[in-house]
This record gives sequence, C-alpha cells and structure tokens, in this order.
Amino acid sequence: MKDDVKILAIESSCDETSAAVVVNGRKVLSNIIYSQIEIHTVYGGVVPEIASRKHVEKINQVIRAALEEAKCTLDDIDAVAVTYGPGLVGALLVGLGAAKAISYAKKLPLIGVHHIEGHIAANFIEYPELEPPFMCLVVSGGHTHLVRVKDYGSFDILGITRDDAAGEAFDKVARAIGLGYPGGPKLDKLAKEGNPDAIVFPKAKISDSEFDFSFSGLKSAVLNYINQAQMRGETIRTADVAASFQKAVTEVLTEHAVWAAKRFDMDKLALAGGVASNSALRAAMDQACKKENIHLYYPSPLLCTDNAAMIGAAGYYEYKKGIRHGWDLNAVPNLKLGE
Amino acid sequence: MRILGFDSSGLVASVAVVEEDSLIAEYTMNHKKTHSQTLLPMLDEMLAMAEISLDTIDGLAIAAGPGSFTGLRIGSATVKGLALALDIPVIPVPTLEALAYNLWGSDGLICPIMDARRNQVYTGCYSFDQNEKLIMEMDQIPMDMEELIALLNRKGRKVIFLGDGVVPYRKKIVDGMKIPYTFAPAHMNRQRAASVAVCGCIRFRQGYYENGDDHKPVYLRVSQAERERSEREKENRHDTTAAGDK
Repeated sequence: MKDDVKILAIESSCDETSAAVVVNGRKVLSNIIYSQIEIHTVYGGVVPEIASRKHVEKINQVIRAALEEAKCTLDDIDAVAVTYGPGLVGALLVGLGAAKAISYAKKLPLIGVHHIEGHIAANFIEYPELEPPFMCLVVSGGHTHLVRVKDYGSFDILGITRDDAAGEAFDKVARAIGLGYPGGPKLDKLAKEGNPDAIVFPKAKISDSEFDFSFSGLKSAVLNYINQAQMRGETIRTADVAASFQKAVTEVLTEHAVWAAKRFDMDKLALAGGVASNSALRAAMDQACKKENIHLYYPSPLLCTDNAAMIGAAGYYEYKKGIRHGWDLNAVPNLKLGE
Repeated sequence: MRILGFDSSGLVASVAVVEEDSLIAEYTMNHKKTHSQTLLPMLDEMLAMAEISLDTIDGLAIAAGPGSFTGLRIGSATVKGLALALDIPVIPVPTLEALAYNLWGSDGLICPIMDARRNQVYTGCYSFDQNEKLIMEMDQIPMDMEELIALLNRKGRKVIFLGDGVVPYRKKIVDGMKIPYTFAPAHMNRQRAASVAVCGCIRFRQGYYENGDDHKPVYLRVSQAERERSEREKENRHDTTAAGDK
C-alpha cells in the first residue's frame, strides 16, 4: 500500500476549473470539473480575462471538492501536479499559483504538466492495459497534433496544424451556420441529420509534409459556399453543410493518423482532446482501424474535455521519472510538447 | 500574532512577516521578473532566513486590489492555496490603503496613484487624525488624472503623492497642482508588504478577514469584453427608443 502514489492534480488552462485525486496515474478517486461555458456563450467564445477571474473564484472550492470526494486530506497526498502550459496565460497562472502554494505549504513535490500530455494520458485512465508505444491524434479547440508516444513522457510530434486547429474550424463553421458556441458538439448533433456527400469540400493537402494538417482552406470553402448561396438567394441545408464539412475534416484526420500508425509499424492508435468525442471522427476511425487491424482507443467524453484527472495521470509518470519543479515555475502559454 | 503580508498588485513583488508591533522580515523587489517566478521563492527565502515555520502564521494579508489584473491574481491564487493548506484566514487589504500606510502619521492629504492605463490612475485620498488613525477621505477608484488634480486643488490641503503613477503623470501634477504638494521618497513610494501586513493586523483584530475559498481580488473595473458588451447594449437600447419615438 505504501507504494501507492496519490497525486492532487489541478488544471485551469482555458475555461474549465478542475481538480482531481489520482492514484498511480490510472485510478481516479475524484475529478471535479467546473465549466464556465455558459458564462462565455454570450461572447461567442472564451474571454480570457473573464475566464481568469472565474478560476480565482472557484479554484479552492474545486480543490476542496476533489479532496472530499476522494475521501482524503492534503496529508494523504504525495505530490501536486499542475498544468503550466500551453493555454491562456492568465488562466494557467491561477491553477499554477494555487498548486505551488499548496505544495509549498505541505512540503510536497511539485510537477508541472504539459496540457497535451495530459490529454494523451486520459487514455491511460480509460484503458488500464494501454502502454506506450502507440500513435496518438490529439484534436481539440486549440490543438491538432499527431504524436508518436514512444514511452511515458517521451514524444515525437509527427504532424501539427499549419493554421486553424480542428476544433477551431468546427467552432468557426458552427458560428457561420448560426449554431453558436461551443460549436463542436452542436455541429456534431446537426450533422447527424444531414447528408455528408451533399457538398464536396476540398481536403487540404500539405505538399511538403505527409502528417501536417491545414483546416483554414476548408473553413474558407465552407464560408464561401454559404456566402455564394446567400448571394444567389438560395436557402442552404445547414445539416448538409455540417455533415459535409465534418466528413472532410474527419477524413483527413483519419487518413493521417492511420497512415502514421502504419508508417511506424504500430498497432495501437489513441484519440485525445475535445474533438475526440466527435461521433463522426470516432466512427471513421473505428472503420479505418478495423480495416488495418489497428487497435483504437478513445477516452469517454468527460475525459476528452479539459479535466484534472488526465493531468494527474500524466503527472504520475513525470513523478516516477523524478521530474520536480521549483517554486519559480511560470506559466508558459505556448509550451511545446516534450520540452 | 503573526501575519504574513503580500503585495503583487503592481511591478513590485513584496512579502513580509509582522509580529505584534515588530516587522520580522520584509523582502521587496522592484524588478521586471514576473510575480509568478518571484513571489513564492521570495517567501521561501524570507521565512528560511527568519527561521519562521509557516505553521506559526495566524493570517495572510494581501493587497487585494486594485492593480494589475494578472498581478492581483497571482497574489490571490497564492494566498488562497496557502490558506487552504494551512487552514488560516485571508485578510484582504485595499491596495491604496496599504500604500497610504507607508506614510503613517503624515500631515496633509496622502494621495497614492497607480498607473491604470487608458489615461487613468487608481487612486484614493487618506489622512491621519489626531489619534493617528487612518481616515479614508476618498475611497479607491479609477479616475482621469486631470479630474484628480482638479479635485485635489478644490480640497486645498497639502498633498503627498506616491505610487507608480507618479512616474507617467509627474509632469501633469507639476503643471496642474495649484496647492502645495510633495512626492514621497524612494523608500516609501511603492507597494510594501510590511504596510499590507500592518493593515492586515488591524483588520484581523477587528474581525475583517475571510475564508480563503471566498477570497477574490477587487479589480474596480470589468473586463474589456464586458465593457464593450454593455456599451453595445446601451447603444441598441438607445436605437430602439429612438425608433419608438418616431
């Protein structure tokens, strides 16, 4: 029992204030998430200053709730893990400030965790048997990364987006067809009523890289389609636009991810990040992976969103490697994976 | 009674320990490094030097605003984390009141000014009465510098200016003030955690403290997005009324 490592994890990189208690990187005792989505909806997107203010108001309650649900006190905790980037700097600083103060006051080791590493580690929580190496596609509102996970905490970034993140394209197209914020889940729902083959949108190919992505061209094509239809006075079937756009995005993501797995001879492929709960992406991946005999992993929707449990999972493996951060740890809004 | 003081409301990062009527330690930096990198290492070093354990601290006094939004939040998140871990209260002290306390016992009007951007300062007016009690003559508020100068000229009492707002507005003050005034010298013209801690002691004795969970900074301003939104709404309301008149 003494070998168990209980980590208090804190995440505040965007618009979710979250704290969790995780044992040995895999077992989640609690995962409290306070979402600010409703507050930001009237602005059509996350307002950094408002997000930061809300984090300050909620941070202690969320941490306290996480400890309570895990039926433990700070005296039972072995280390504190916290997201220190990438993300909104003002938002990151709140979770980081509280995490540093708690670990300092309780003389606990402090482990700064990369937000994307956390998303990848969400799969460790969902699948106790999953171990590196594997290929991972991280897709969210802020990130589109194709990552080769070589070992715990050891990554090669094979491809990234050259412009918009996949989730960002979802949000922008959703806004254009009047769905509002947050666009991803709303567009996913609407697309179910549409015909994905109604409109053929271009799939962006990057000539000098086999794994990089580009979504701004696709996004513009969708916006142009809507504008031209409006100029001609035609009414568009928004469900068809949503379904066709979604198909174009998921096809590119699936092709790249499956090709990367084959290219590096891996039979395991994981999805991570908010867009990993998109139903069309999951279906396309399921189908493609079955065909290629690749085992597909994806976390449940709750673990796909920003949450502290995933930070606790990633933090555990950093802890095991002996990673410790000092009291001068700063938030790094554009932190690169593997730094 | 031992109180820790924190001020990260401006460029200065400052921590202090006050015990009854003596200042045990104070560590102040007026340097460009971010508070996220300095505040906790400074506290650690100060407490180690002073051989003070955190377990012996009774309360955490914090300059609770106004100030730089990010700076305030770094201080706030830090004391909230400490309060949770140590199970002690947070004592919020208005930033400008703590600044005025740097000049304890002075005659005349004490006018701290902090650069608030957008051509404004965060300011307030304070004085000390015959019993050496701090009197708040004007509560802290964001204000145009011209408006503040006109207001001080009307009050007609000798003014002592201090705070980082003196740097960008010195010329405006020199040109605009028609009554006697001075500028506080270097050792007392910026935020000091010792003043925050002393004000914190007074408030603590009076029962003005809170649970760290409930603590949040006093910004005195809404975010830009909220301001623009309410301006838009005001315009829209105006438009509909105008249309209704026709």
